[in-house]
Formats: sequence, structure tokens, C-alpha cells
Amino acid sequence: MSGAERIAAAFSGCKGRAALMPYMMGGFPDLETSLAIGNGYADGGADLLELGVPFSDPLADGPVIQSAGSAALASGATLDVVLSVALELSQRLPVVLMCYSNAILARGTERFVGEIASAGVSGLIVPDLPLEEAPATAESCAAAGIAFIGVAAPTSTDQRLAAIGEATQGFLYTVAVAGTTGERGEESNYSEVIARVRKHTSAQVALGFGISTPQQASAAADAGADGVIIGSRLVREASESSSPAEDCQLLVEQFAQALR
Amino acid sequence: MSETKLEHRFGPYGGQYVPETLMPALAELEAAWLSARVDDAFQAELGRLLRDYAGRPTPLYLAERLSAAAGRTIYLKREDLIHTGAHKINNALGQALLAVRMGKRRIIAETGAGQHGVASATACALLELECVVYMGAEDIRRQAPNVQRMELLGATVVAVEAGARTLKEAVSEAIRDWVTNVADSHYIIGSAVGPAPYPAIVRDLQRCIGDEARAQILEREGRLPQRVIACVGGGSNAIGAFTAFVGDDEVELIGVEAAGEGIESGRHGAPLTAGGRPGVLHGSLSALLQDDEGQIAEAHSISAGLDYPGSGPEHAWLRDSGRATYVAVTDDQALVAFEQTAQLEGIIPALEPAHAIHYALHVPSDSDLDLICLSGRGDKDLAEVLKLLGR
Ligand SMILES: Cc1ncc(COP(=O)(O)O)c(C=O)c1O
Repeated sequence: MSGAERIAAAFSGCKGRAALMPYMMGGFPDLETSLAIGNGYADGGADLLELGVPFSDPLADGPVIQSAGSAALASGATLDVVLSVALELSQRLPVVLMCYSNAILARGTERFVGEIASAGVSGLIVPDLPLEEAPATAESCAAAGIAFIGVAAPTSTDQRLAAIGEATQGFLYTVAVAGTTGERGEESNYSEVIARVRKHTSAQVALGFGISTPQQASAAADAGADGVIIGSRLVREASESSSPAEDCQLLVEQFAQALR
Repeated sequence: MSETKLEHRFGPYGGQYVPETLMPALAELEAAWLSARVDDAFQAELGRLLRDYAGRPTPLYLAERLSAAAGRTIYLKREDLIHTGAHKINNALGQALLAVRMGKRRIIAETGAGQHGVASATACALLELECVVYMGAEDIRRQAPNVQRMELLGATVVAVEAGARTLKEAVSEAIRDWVTNVADSHYIIGSAVGPAPYPAIVRDLQRCIGDEARAQILEREGRLPQRVIACVGGGSNAIGAFTAFVGDDEVELIGVEAAGEGIESGRHGAPLTAGGRPGVLHGSLSALLQDDEGQIAEAHSISAGLDYPGSGPEHAWLRDSGRATYVAVTDDQALVAFEQTAQLEGIIPALEPAHAIHYALHVPSDSDLDLICLSGRGDKDLAEVLKLLGR
């Protein structure tokens, strides 16, 4: 089964409800704990897992994910460490890797894609690789059976949305608000954002950025999202809790509950 | 000057490695600059401000005592004499006018040495724009006078505490602000770096340095200089000085980076000199200090304006294509040139161009006519330099 097929199967396995797609920072706070956190996500009811590769200068991330990335790097996380997490967790659910473009360039695109495929990764999201810069990476992914997932933003023009919506594989990562990752209090206009991207894509629409409470998650689902991505709230739990795996699992259960 | 697109790539370098949220704003910026740079009214307004407000053209000064010390004729392009004390005002005024043209009344800027922050705050005061400047906490410490100036000018200075707390982190925070407030804000990037179209816009706005200097030296000497020498942080004063001469094959172009504690020490700010695999930082592919995993390394330089692990993409291409050469000068050497320039010429240079001056004074050459871009004045550096010299 290709990555795109595995992702599609995960969405269809949700049978009409929105997929729960929690994000974790690979290797944070350390390798062992991050494996436990990922298993906690799976036990708590995650449908797909988003796995972050720590980067020194993550432009699309707010303070919580930034500092988790720095802490992971300080504790010795490397791409290999994160891929060992992917290898284990991909036995249980589809893993989508989220990494910045310089990590791909550093390894060499072909080799990078080959290595993540060997680690069982199903999809790749690169937040600083817009459509114009993506072709080489997208082609390598296609050849290796990995879904190269496009990103749509509230600021994207219709013309861009059409091109992004056409090119994306697996699902369309839809950014709910202009900004970086981070918890947000308000429930912004999810339906407007989703309705707009739907006009331009036949892919599954997963909404992310700022969704940090079960209420917001169910609002996103009610607004028509096929998947809901929870990032900073869970990463904050991982950094603040004294038993991160257990507490993250509890939180994931609450989000899962909200999507039922 | 009537192309329909600005350069997105310089050879393999440049590009737009940014979140999708910013892509429409970059397209808007490119369209705005393409129309502004051929709009007579815009150019007249910019020209008037550069002349009457900022003080262009800046003089080209024959530095006789530096010439005697070097054993060849040295001219200094006096960007230190322009309003706010560094070339950064050329870019800040142009981009602030462009922001007004785009209807954006909130300006974001980053700053290392504080010169770009001061220039942006100045342009914003003049044009009634809100101004937020991101500055690394370490730079706030070592460039304190500029922080006071920015605040007096009405800007909000935000201390950035991440990483090494210098220019790289300040640029990252500025970009994050822009991603969040892109609808009503324009980001005035301070050097010839960042995603396209920034490197091309900043070059267009800084090329007045070399355009003026080329005409001035032809008038004075009746010939072109043998070498044009400029310091390179992100590369804006250097690309500004070089551009007019790029087509003059006989003129050597030399960019001087910060060797910090020495290239071998690994503690420097000289990605173009050090070589190695290019990488992506702050939206463009260029020469970069990084490790094998692609994590960006911290730069080190005595001068906050050169303390940056990246470089402008056009410089990386000028290097690879052989048109320009990049070298590096250490902290200690820059201090020597700082003092020498003060004592021989009565000019206190900024620490950044002190690097370029050191190279011209102390590295042997067959050249008999050098043009150095004196990109800024050194008032901001006095306290730090006196401390380092143990005075
Ligand atoms: C006086 C002066 N020169 C040079 C620089 C380096 O920047 P760039 O390489 O963009 O000219 C700075 C930056 O702050 C500066 O203040």
C-alpha cells in the first residue's frame, strides 16, 4: 500500500467523523519519552500521527513548538532519531512527517525521501516549501510512494488554491489562521476557510493551526473538516507534564471524544 | 527597468522558501515594486527624500593618510555621512514609501547593529507609520545607543531571547510577526537576503551607492577603480556598491566577511568565504553556516551587523560565477582598522566597514586604486570597542 493509500484508508476508516491528527515533536523531550507519547496518542484514539523533525529556525512555528524543537536538538535528536520514532509508530497508524526544507536539502532529496520511506512514513509536509519550490521533492515522493501534502492558507489566492488543491496528495493541510502554530482562544471562521478550499480540491481537508480545545476541534469538524490537527496544545502538555505520555493520552482521548 | 518579473534566482540561489501564508504578499510586493520603480512620481518622491532628507549623494573622499599607509590610492564612499549614519536608510526609505503605496501602515523590521532598526524607525516617523523592530537581546546590550534612538523615534523594540539572541533570531521573529499580520503589515527586511523579491528590491534600493561612486571616481581619477571593497553581513551595502561595476570586467569586486575568532575556530560569520554546502535560511537558498543535519549554526562576530550565518543569494552567485571574491577579517583585525581609521583620518567607522578597511590596508595587492564602501559610522560601537580595548 502506498502512503497516499494508507492515508486514504485512515480517513475512510473514520466513517464520516473527522479524523484526529495529533502532532508531536520527534525526539522531544527525548527519544524514549517521545515514543511513549506517540503510543499514547495511538492508544488515545489518534487516526493519523503528525511527526515533527526538530529544526533550529522553524519560521512557521510559535513559541511552544519552537522550544520543543530546541530542547529535542539539545537532547541529541537527529533525523535518524526521529525516523526511529516513525519506524515504531508507523506499525500502529499512518505517520506524516513534518519538516523544514533545509533538513531535506542537507540529506539530499533522493536520499531523504528513501530514508523516510524505509521508516514507514506515509506522507510529507514541508511548511517552507510552497508550490513553486516543491516540484523536485514532490516528484521524489511520488516515486517512493509517499504522499507529498500541500498547504493551503487563508491568504492563498483562488488561483493558488486551485493549483495547490490539484497537486496535493493524501490530504490538503489547511491553515486555519494567518500566523504561526500556537494555541488560540477564539474559534475563527472555520467554515469559511473550509468552504473556500473545498471549491478547489477533491482531497480530504485537514484543518490545523490554533485548534487547542476539544470544543474547537468539534467546531472544526462541524464546519466540515475531514481531519483536525492538534499541535501546540499537546506539545505544551508534553513539556509541562511530569507524566507526559499518560497526560497526552488523556488529552487525545478528550479530543477523540469531541470528534465522535 | 521594465521587466515583468524581478529575479527570483541568482544562478541556483535565492527562491521563496516561506510558508504559503506569505506567498501572496511576496507576489503583491513584487508587483508593487515593478510598478513603483518605473513610476516617475514615486521615483521623484524617493529621490527628493534621499537628497533633501537623507543627504544623497554622499561624498567620495580621497583618504590620503590611509592611502599613504596602504601604499596605494584609497577612496572612501561616505555612507557614514548619510542621515542616521549608515547605508541602511537608502533601503528603509524606499521600502517605507513602497509600504505606503501598498496601503500598509504597520512596518516590521529586524535589526542587528541597530542601524537598520534606526533607519526603519526614522522612515516610519517621517511617513507616520507604526514601527515594530525585532532585535536580539545580545545586540540590545552591545548596541544600546541605537535602542534609545529607535525608542525616541517612536518605534517599539522587541527583545528576542531565542538562540544566540542576535540577528538570525531577530529575522526569524520578524518573519513570524509578518506571517501573523501580513494583511496590514509590510516587512522591511534590512539586507539583501530573504525570499524573492527582497534581494532584488534591496539591491535596487542600494545600488545608488555604486552608481554615485562610479561617476564620482571617473570624474576625479578619469578611470575606474581597480578594486571595489565592501563588508558583507547579509550583503546590502556590498551589493549596492558592486552593482554599478559588475559589467566592468577590469574592476575587482571584493566582499569582506567577518572571520570572528578565525575561520578555523568555527566561530565566525563568513559563509561565503568558508564555502560548503548551500542551504535555506530565512526564505532563500544561499551560502550558509550549518551542520550536517541542516541545523543552522550560530555566527560569531564582534560587529553585530556581520554576525549572521547566512548571506545574500546574489553574492553566492557572484562568488560561484567568479565575478566577485569573498574574504574574511577577524575581530581583532577589525579593531585595529577601527582605531587606525580614527587616528589617520579622523573618521570613526562602524565595526562592519572596519573589516573592509582592514583588508584594504593590510592584505598585499597590486591594486593602485581602491574604492571602499564606508557603510556607516562608529558611534554605536564606541562603548563596546573601548571596553574590548580595555580603556
Ligand atoms: C554600518 C553597517 N555596515 C554593514 C552592515 C552589514 O549589512 P549589509 O551586509 O547588509 O550591508 C551593517 C548592518 O547592520 C551596518 O550597520
